[in-house]
Amino acid sequence: MIRIKNLTKIYPGAEIPAVDNLNLEIGEGETCVLVGPSGCGKTTTLKMINKLIIPTEGTILIDGENVLKVDPIELRRNIGYVIQEIGLFPHMTIFENIATVSNELNWPKDKIKDRVYELMELMDLDPEIYRNRRPSDLSGGQRQRVGVARAMAANPPVMLMDEPFGAVDPITRGRLQDEFLNLQEKLKKTIIFVTHDINEALKMGTKIAVMRGGKLVQYTSPDGLLAQPENEFVEDLIGGDSTLKRLHLVLAKEVMKNPLYVARDSDSIADIKAKIGDKPKSKIYVTDSENTLMGYLPYAQLKREGSINSLIQPVKAKIADYTRLSEALSEMLSVGNSMICVVDDDNNFKGVISLQDILDTAKSESEIHS
Amino acid sequence: MGFIEFLFTRNQMVLRLLLEHIWLVLFAIIIAIIVGVFLGLISAYYPIISKIILPFTQITMTVPSIALMGILIPLVGIGMINAIICLVVYSLLSIVRNTYTGIKEIPEEYIEAARGMGMTKRWILFKIKLPLALPVIIAGVRTSIVMIIGIGAIMSYIGVGGLGDLIFRGIARTSRNMILTGAIFVSILSIVTDFFFGKLENYFVKKTS
Ligand SMILES: Nc1ncnc2c1ncn2[C@@H]1O[C@H](COP(=O)(O)OP(=O)(O)OP(=O)(O)O)[C@@H](O)[C@H]1O
Ligand SMILES: [Mg+2]
Repeated sequence: MIRIKNLTKIYPGAEIPAVDNLNLEIGEGETCVLVGPSGCGKTTTLKMINKLIIPTEGTILIDGENVLKVDPIELRRNIGYVIQEIGLFPHMTIFENIATVSNELNWPKDKIKDRVYELMELMDLDPEIYRNRRPSDLSGGQRQRVGVARAMAANPPVMLMDEPFGAVDPITRGRLQDEFLNLQEKLKKTIIFVTHDINEALKMGTKIAVMRGGKLVQYTSPDGLLAQPENEFVEDLIGGDSTLKRLHLVLAKEVMKNPLYVARDSDSIADIKAKIGDKPKSKIYVTDSENTLMGYLPYAQLKREGSINSLIQPVKAKIADYTRLSEALSEMLSVGNSMICVVDDDNNFKGVISLQDILDTAKSESEIHS
Repeated sequence: MGFIEFLFTRNQMVLRLLLEHIWLVLFAIIIAIIVGVFLGLISAYYPIISKIILPFTQITMTVPSIALMGILIPLVGIGMINAIICLVVYSLLSIVRNTYTGIKEIPEEYIEAARGMGMTKRWILFKIKLPLALPVIIAGVRTSIVMIIGIGAIMSYIGVGGLGDLIFRGIARTSRNMILTGAIFVSILSIVTDFFFGKLENYFVKKTS
């Protein structure tokens, strides 16, 4: 746990503090997002946590230990740091960049290699292709991945990430965010994440700290922020469409329902008819013995006889279980279906979401908070 | 006797003087690199010291080489030591200055990233700063070495041999061929060295960008 108490930084010669009496508590495994306009003190706050900047006043405790009393080298090796400018070393290969910390820790050669390869694969960079490349030979998105991989090399429990996905186009950024969320679900690190994009904050954070002029304006969950913005400044930051944004906070797997009836690909039409009776259904989803989604049968096809294999149609409206409801909605709109299938990473059928479910979610979320 | 003929008959001697010249310059530049990089680093790390070292190396440059040689005679006499000190002094400015700027001009983000990862000061110096400053330092060495190849010819005056011997003896005996041989070989040596260091510099520029 990280506890920031009365933290203040006044740069030499500055009249007003860059960070002004900041108080924050970040629980184990949480992602706290610092969000706010340029110059509000986000980077300064991060750098005080790993002692790149010494506070003018206040204390920072990590697991009860005052960072000011810890040897800076020791401290920083336990805190992954992704700097705002990425800062990959231009004279080193990608491999060497990621291996920097483990080299310094004198890990054995093959342990370093295993770790670097593991991280490169985690970051979707084929080691055989990229290990000997230089940072200048990578795209912006790839560089940011390497920056994150480098910070994670020694598997630090705490990560400080200063606009880690700042320098890429919106599509790549969205993908990097999704990948990182997936990763974090497994790793459960304690993360302090800086951004000035409120949508990124809502997506990445379990807690959001809104800052302005070095002061903390509001500190709450993403949902709480949307529901009860502290003041006009936060309202403006969020923007108008907060109901739509709320859909952004809910994952498909949280609202999906079990479909009424699922057929197996080994069933015959007679079997299916026997089970569902004559109740009209528009679609019958079909899975194989491993619960992999094979496709669907249009109800009208059930007039025929025999095996269903040749009748199965591919499912167009299909999303992963970690998809956000807002994206599920836009997928439904673009395919033109009022029902969408939810599958996991291995294409196992998990459930379905209807347009009505989404409307209900939006409504109930706003009712809870109003 | 024609110039070509002169070269052929004296080739043994010319080769010996050329090698002497190369050794002298090489020896001086190695010392200058060690001292110069060290002084450049101290200047980069300690601003107060840089305020003394940088102007000092600049001032020594303005002393004519003959005068410096003369000043050193009461201290170290004539000969090798005197010559080496002179050449090192003239090499220092570019090497110190380039080491200093090479280190200073490294973008802050690399140092910040390195510090943030928990690299020690020593590691940052050897793994980040020196490699990144290397092309600039090599450029400084290049300027210095080309310059002291020329100044090295004057050092023959205090009996250290080298290509300057040809020039001084040529002047004494009014032998045009001797003077010409000395001058041409000094030029060729400069041009070849400059070319080689240019390549080296380019190689490291590519490696660090
Ligand atoms: N080294 C420094 N010396 C003096 N003032 C500084 C220094 N670094 C930052 N500041 C000032 O402190 C304030 C906060 O800067 P900081 O870098 O923390 O902002 P930020 O929230 O990270 O902004 P951005 O979103 O642009 O990265 C700014 O007014 C900035 O000008
Ligand atoms: Mg910043």
